[in-house]
Amino acid sequence: MLKKATRDAYGETLVELGHLYDNVIVLDADLSKSTKTELFAKEFPERFFQMGIAEQDMLATAAGLALCDKVCFVSTFAIFAAGRAFEQIRNSIAYPKLNVKICATHAGVTVGEDGGSHQAIEDIALMRAIPNMTVIVPADAIETAKALHAIYKHEGPVYFRLGRPAVPFIYNDDFEFKIGKANKLREGTDAAIIATGIMVACAIDAAKILADKGLNVQVWDMATIKPLDLEAIKEAAKTGAIVTAEEHSVIGGLGSAVAEASAEYAPAFMSFVGLKDCFGQSGTPEELLEAYNLTADNIAKTVLEVVDKKSSS
Amino acid sequence: MDTKKYEELQEIARQSRAWIIRALAEANSGHPGGSLSATDILTYLYFQAMNINPDNPSDPKRDRFVLCKGHGAPALYTSLALRGYFPKDELLTLRKLGSRLQGHPDTRKLPGIDASTGSLGQGLSIANGMALAGKLDDQSYTVYALLGDGETQEGQVWEALMTASHYQLNNVIAFLDYNHLQIDGRIEEVKSGGNFASRFRSFGWHVLEVNGHDFYAIDEAVIAAKQEKYAPSMIIAHTIKGKGVPFMEGKAKWHGKAPNKEEALEALKLLGASWEEI
Repeated sequence: MLKKATRDAYGETLVELGHLYDNVIVLDADLSKSTKTELFAKEFPERFFQMGIAEQDMLATAAGLALCDKVCFVSTFAIFAAGRAFEQIRNSIAYPKLNVKICATHAGVTVGEDGGSHQAIEDIALMRAIPNMTVIVPADAIETAKALHAIYKHEGPVYFRLGRPAVPFIYNDDFEFKIGKANKLREGTDAAIIATGIMVACAIDAAKILADKGLNVQVWDMATIKPLDLEAIKEAAKTGAIVTAEEHSVIGGLGSAVAEASAEYAPAFMSFVGLKDCFGQSGTPEELLEAYNLTADNIAKTVLEVVDKKSSS
Repeated sequence: MDTKKYEELQEIARQSRAWIIRALAEANSGHPGGSLSATDILTYLYFQAMNINPDNPSDPKRDRFVLCKGHGAPALYTSLALRGYFPKDELLTLRKLGSRLQGHPDTRKLPGIDASTGSLGQGLSIANGMALAGKLDDQSYTVYALLGDGETQEGQVWEALMTASHYQLNNVIAFLDYNHLQIDGRIEEVKSGGNFASRFRSFGWHVLEVNGHDFYAIDEAVIAAKQEKYAPSMIIAHTIKGKGVPFMEGKAKWHGKAPNKEEALEALKLLGASWEEI
């Protein structure tokens, strides 16, 4: 299966944006080789600012540039963006609603061998809680590229969550991305899986596993976690059983966002695939996904449990 | 700067201080000490140094100002109002529900506020970003910033100091409002900043020291700073917290406590102003 990392697509698309728009500025904190902003740095050295290992300074500097009509794409690992520089993002960027696009790579446990200290599993929760912030987690390289064009045009701050490892392609070049619009990848009436990021591919596989067992399961790519696509959630809730899947803590992320919306507008039985209130650890990305039950098998198992609950209610 | 200008600035600063007192008393909260210590610097910037136009507050060519110590907002608001950015009466809405004059500066609400600040330690980075944009766009504007002395306890300030010298941001002119006092007491006791001048110099900055209440000295320092070819400039302004209101001068307790009506009347009298007059 053909695979590509979302961070690679990010680096390439930044170069495209740089050619299209003069006001695109990129900042990085000594991780440009890993975040792939080095591609932009090579093409547009005058519009790339290396900020050194100083994430808080980097985010607030981007705020200053944005106050002078620049559109800043700021990259580092998710843990250092959403974690280390949380309050700079909140006060210097989101509060004044500035055009700073926080493109955080190496999110989730698939950071791998670097271990729990480097694996952001609470970043969606942190960013989602900030007013004015838009939160997007692309599922593959094509969605990453398409989303970036939309992100450039969007007025205001965006948190864009990218991963380290190569992930399967889900979309083709005809795909159209719209901020706030979930994408239904599979029809189904027995249950709905709402996934984000790398878990979208697992959700599709889970639906295939369940189809073999005679269940028709809807699959959604909820790339935009904020603002949430309420219509998609209402449609998913019609199945009566929703499972969310994310490479993130089950506290505060996609699952919480969907549960909040479902509870208020369209109640359904729910369960959550994600990190169960624990930190990650060292290992290969594949081992870690297995170790923390971020797999198609576990999504399928969880769907069966929720469908059972629904049936016995 | 001639004597006439000096006297004119003195009179504006006096009026600014009176408005600060009245606005804080009306708000019944806020920070008089650090607003009064910074009043002369702000008066100088808004009435002498900065290339600005109150009728076009978002002119891309304008000089910028970032109040890193955002709690000094009353001094910024009075400077803006006296300069004509908004009606002076609006100063009395300070910190009230629905007011454009938020407890700390909000760039989305009030014209003339170049950056939202308040959380200490972030302003100098924002100023650097504006200065980088100026260089990129071949604009000749200057970005002024005003830091609190206690604020330098935030590590991000030192990150920003490194950034400014690394990128040779000679279009940044920062002031340190060195009034020696923070909420919990003397800065030397809370956490000493040591020798600020040598610390800033070792971070690659062009450092000047002035009496922050002397317009001649401030003017000379800014003129010297503007001639700097590469380095950003830090003007260490020796100031008195609560300056202009003798019973507030040099007292940490006036950091974040507004005067009551009686205290405000007394302060106004000492400033040669009256409640009704302003």
